[in-house]
Amino acid sequence: MMEKLFKTLSFMSATLVMVLLASIFISLFNSAKPAIDEFGIGFIKEKEWGKEVPIDNPVSTVVDTTEQKKVEPAPASDDSLEALLGGGNDDTPMKTIYGGFIPIVGTLLSTLIAMAFALPIAMGIAVFLAEIAPKKISNVVGIAIELLAAIPSIIFGMWGLFYFAPLVQELVGGYQVSLLTAGLVLGVMILPFMAAITRDSMKTTPDVLKESAYALGATKFEVIRDIIFPYSKAGIIGSIILALGRALGETMAVAFLIGSVFSLPSALNSPTVSIPVAMANSFGEATGMKTSALFYLAFLLFIISFSVISVAKFYFLRKDK
Amino acid sequence: MRLLLNKIVLLLSTLSALIGLAFLAWILFTLIGKGLSSLHFSLFLNDLIDGGLRNLIVGQFIMAGIASLIGIPVGMMAGIYLQEYGRGRYVRFIRDLSDIMMSAPSIVIGAFVYAIVVVPMHGTSGIAGSIALSIMMIPIVINTTDNMLSLVPRELREAGIALGASKSRVIVDIIIKAAKVGIMTGLLLSFARIIGETAPLLFTSETSNYFSVNLTEAYPSLTVSIYALANDPTSSSRDLAWAASFILTMMVLMINLLGRYITRKKG
Repeated sequence: MMEKLFKTLSFMSATLVMVLLASIFISLFNSAKPAIDEFGIGFIKEKEWGKEVPIDNPVSTVVDTTEQKKVEPAPASDDSLEALLGGGNDDTPMKTIYGGFIPIVGTLLSTLIAMAFALPIAMGIAVFLAEIAPKKISNVVGIAIELLAAIPSIIFGMWGLFYFAPLVQELVGGYQVSLLTAGLVLGVMILPFMAAITRDSMKTTPDVLKESAYALGATKFEVIRDIIFPYSKAGIIGSIILALGRALGETMAVAFLIGSVFSLPSALNSPTVSIPVAMANSFGEATGMKTSALFYLAFLLFIISFSVISVAKFYFLRKDK
Repeated sequence: MRLLLNKIVLLLSTLSALIGLAFLAWILFTLIGKGLSSLHFSLFLNDLIDGGLRNLIVGQFIMAGIASLIGIPVGMMAGIYLQEYGRGRYVRFIRDLSDIMMSAPSIVIGAFVYAIVVVPMHGTSGIAGSIALSIMMIPIVINTTDNMLSLVPRELREAGIALGASKSRVIVDIIIKAAKVGIMTGLLLSFARIIGETAPLLFTSETSNYFSVNLTEAYPSLTVSIYALANDPTSSSRDLAWAASFILTMMVLMINLLGRYITRKKG
């Protein structure tokens, strides 16, 4: 009796993972449905966010208000004017269009900058930890790097905004809150994560292989390049993609720095917005179609990160137990 | 030439490690400098409405605590299933899904909980925040339990069965006990991870200026309040944000170090 109960409970707990993921998928899709119906797949190419346009055919736009009801009274915000125009005047045949192009581009670009910044340094750290440093130093530095990885992302955001961004601004000019500073702080944030898992992959290289190469007179660099990298290639690429997935979905480190402006960045050092940041800053006050459009963005982000992580897992990190 | 190249690469690699350490030092010194100068004992006695942090710290712990009450048993049971009961394909499938879920963007988890809890309840609440955190926690606990149980030698299981113990008894009394240290560490690390989360709480629990034990209303959260305070232009709010960040980071790092200490001591 106990036996059966225990087994059933453990089976149900394991299955809950699948149920949860499926429910996330379904509920995001359902909440995004009004926006998906309204804007279709063209959503990802549409550059306007919250722009009033006249309706050509006066189809009612009231559909969306029923399901996504506003929960809290909205505090006055930058959007209040738009909310007034969008929600209040029913006599003018206007509708508001929302497009995901800018946040999608902002997400991809900030991730790209972060990867470009973090990748070489993380590889260097991993090599240092796995091959160069004496065991004692490697342990201490390793713990330090892991502690850096444990620091909550909101701390990276605050530090980035008040200390790192002013420095970057001094060096390259432009705005303190910008695509560049957001990308760099994001890079600092994923750096320890990427370094730690890359080190773990490198450490799987059998000592015999390395020792044989050394015995043949190879230098440390040659061993790293010709033995360790080829041997742990799959693991390293997998680690990099996992870090990429993490950077794509990161909210707080970016929220302080990207500026949260719905405009395409004209240069690296001008502000824009990313999907998580758009959600973090607009979700609470959004109503109707806007909420739905934000859910559409969340749905897209979920799909993107799901695919990225799956690729990392299935192609590179498959461990057959 | 080869030797020179070797030297350069080793130098660059060491330099990278130094850069990594420099960032850690920079962030920690900023936190300590700004945090300590704004830290007063009264912050622990007053609520946010009176310029303190008490309600936020308690609120964050309560939500993370409830999340653990849900996440730890579910995650451990699932990990037990993967390692002890399940077979073949289904196990691999669930393991992969759990890994994917572990890396899912936390803001998306927040949006999901908003849709399934906040909307039906007509408002943000401590319950919604706790649920969001527990969803973050479950895959981490599964991963830990799965890995730690896999390290327990097969002979222990066989010995238990040979003594005539039922499978559930063997799991609870022998296998879990053998993996105790590793699992404890993993649980501490997963708690440290969720207590510092902001994104899943932004629109599920929100935050509150007041002390609250009522989990059905907007609930005080340290991290969400840090975000609000840091964006506030007044310097007193920013100082408070730094003090809160200092406290948060110290809590997270302490729990982390405690976990490592346990492993080192007994493992």
